[in-house]
Amino acid sequence: MKWSLIIEIAKALMLARRKQTMIAAIGVMFSITMFVALLGFMNGLNSMLDGLVLNRTPHIRFYNEIQPNPNQPIDQSEEFGNSLNIIRSIKPSTSRLSIYNSESIIRTLEQDKRVLGVSPKISAQVFFNVGTIDLTGIVNGIEVEKEAELFAFTDYVTTGDYADLNQTNTIILGKGAADRMLADIGDVIQVTTAQGNQVQLKVVGYFQSGLGDFDNVNSYASITTVQKMLGEPASYITDIQVKLHDLNLAPTMAKELEGIFQIDADDIQTVNAQFETGTNIRTMISYAVGITLLVVSGFGIYNILNMMIYEKLDTIAILKAIGFGSGDVKRIFITIALTIGFVGGAFGLLFGFLAGLGIDQIPFETEALPTIKTFPVDYNPKYYIIGGTFSLITTYFAGFFPARKASAVDPVEIIRGK
Amino acid sequence: MKNQSSIVLEAKNIDKFFYNPTETQVLKQVSFQVARGEFISVVGKSGCGKSTLLYILSTMDTDYKGQISLDGELISGKSSDYLSKLRNEKIGFVFQFHYLLNEFSVLENVMIPGLKLGKYSRSELEQRAMEKLRIFDMQDHARKKANQLSGGQKQRVAIARALINDPLLIMGDEPTGNLDKKNSDIVYHKFKELARDFGQTMLIVTHDPEFAAGTDRTIEMEDGRVIRQ
Repeated sequence: MKWSLIIEIAKALMLARRKQTMIAAIGVMFSITMFVALLGFMNGLNSMLDGLVLNRTPHIRFYNEIQPNPNQPIDQSEEFGNSLNIIRSIKPSTSRLSIYNSESIIRTLEQDKRVLGVSPKISAQVFFNVGTIDLTGIVNGIEVEKEAELFAFTDYVTTGDYADLNQTNTIILGKGAADRMLADIGDVIQVTTAQGNQVQLKVVGYFQSGLGDFDNVNSYASITTVQKMLGEPASYITDIQVKLHDLNLAPTMAKELEGIFQIDADDIQTVNAQFETGTNIRTMISYAVGITLLVVSGFGIYNILNMMIYEKLDTIAILKAIGFGSGDVKRIFITIALTIGFVGGAFGLLFGFLAGLGIDQIPFETEALPTIKTFPVDYNPKYYIIGGTFSLITTYFAGFFPARKASAVDPVEIIRGK
Repeated sequence: MKNQSSIVLEAKNIDKFFYNPTETQVLKQVSFQVARGEFISVVGKSGCGKSTLLYILSTMDTDYKGQISLDGELISGKSSDYLSKLRNEKIGFVFQFHYLLNEFSVLENVMIPGLKLGKYSRSELEQRAMEKLRIFDMQDHARKKANQLSGGQKQRVAIARALINDPLLIMGDEPTGNLDKKNSDIVYHKFKELARDFGQTMLIVTHDPEFAAGTDRTIEMEDGRVIRQ
């Protein structure tokens, strides 16, 4: 078929009803704009909120869990080994928290191609001695450079320089903890470990994660500082944090390595399942709203095309009389609908992008989120592709039914009717 | 072979019923032939079925009994898409009220059936369309929008459009019925010219006795029957 002719006729019909055509296109434009802006904004917020936790969470964490020994002596005895033994009031064994042979584990992990990076960590329970009061807290011993590289540590150090942590006997306090201790930068605070060692540490910065509870308790020091505090050797490590190239491999890898290293391993999916659920639901809601908008604009197009067909019955009849088939007439009206959808959609994507840029400029400062200055917007091309595709699909269906009606017009009836 | 060359259109035993509100037979056993080059008028009182017959012959109305052959080819029962193509290529139309597409210029109106047929390129068609317009002295109005013309002018352009694909047959449904005396005369003379100078086969429904008198042959209808041909 000669598409050029069909396009020409479609164009002439649209120009004849310029205002209505424009209104229909603006309807599509508006809904696509909203769709793109809404999804961009929603997902910007989503990824920011997820990032709060997920950025700082290792994909796999290796540690020794305090638990009762699974191999109780009675199970090992020849006499009762195969019977059902019930032991009451089991207590956890005094297993050590430090990871045995940690250096070789780290070396092995670093050679694994799936692994992006490995960072060792020590968690130490301490008391901060403030005057006559002791505040409980946790000091995390970290390898500063690795922590910054893998877990965006720098983003959360709001005051002070994180690199100062490399000096021994320095600490970066959680903002909440610092506020309670009234500790300023440069102050020296006293820390008592669970073993009873007392250490003086110099405050070099504040740390603010956005999760208040976390900041009230957690503080950071270099790994050597913490080892010294605890009086442990340089090989003492309680956690090994692993970041992978592909987050989705975490559960299977955790299981696999758990067996190889004879150590407990947690993967990020298990630990943070609720975040994914929240994200999914928010995304679903924004899609639902966006698609509703598009469907509404689809009805607008449907209406306008229907009206156009009633007004242009004569034209349709003449076209049919001079040899245009039903298929041609249908194609003409589908072309009109798709043109409206395409033009409206293209402008919608453009304005959606601009709306995104606009939202990106709105100041959004909150105590809890130190790194965020304006509303976050996600410019993922995925939303633009979905929006564009959907504008064409809805307009196609909005045009399909009127077009079918137009193609069914009986020219004899119209021509005789007068 | 002889049939194909001389008989353009043949209708055999055409019956047509209307079912609304009650079953009425509007055409009864209508049979006739149109030979190449003939200028035929169909006359009869209002309601005798002459327009109905025309629309059946035009292939637009397919709900009838009987057989129609166009250019020696049986077209009864063919698909509507096929009939559309046939109509585009072999039949030119002139209506009483429905002249032109108002969205297009006069020239484009004439060209559209040609563009649809796709036998000639756009520039060739433009030239052909101008030629056809010249026959009707409408070449000066070629660039005007269709709705800027008077009724008589529109009808002349409509006839030019009917000619663009060099159709086998031109059909008219009271083409002068809606025009004043002067314009009606002009259109009438143009039809005569077409018959005389170009040997164009034409089948025109009319109730204007003067018009009918000027044609080669008159088919007279009454109550759905051909009473004289």
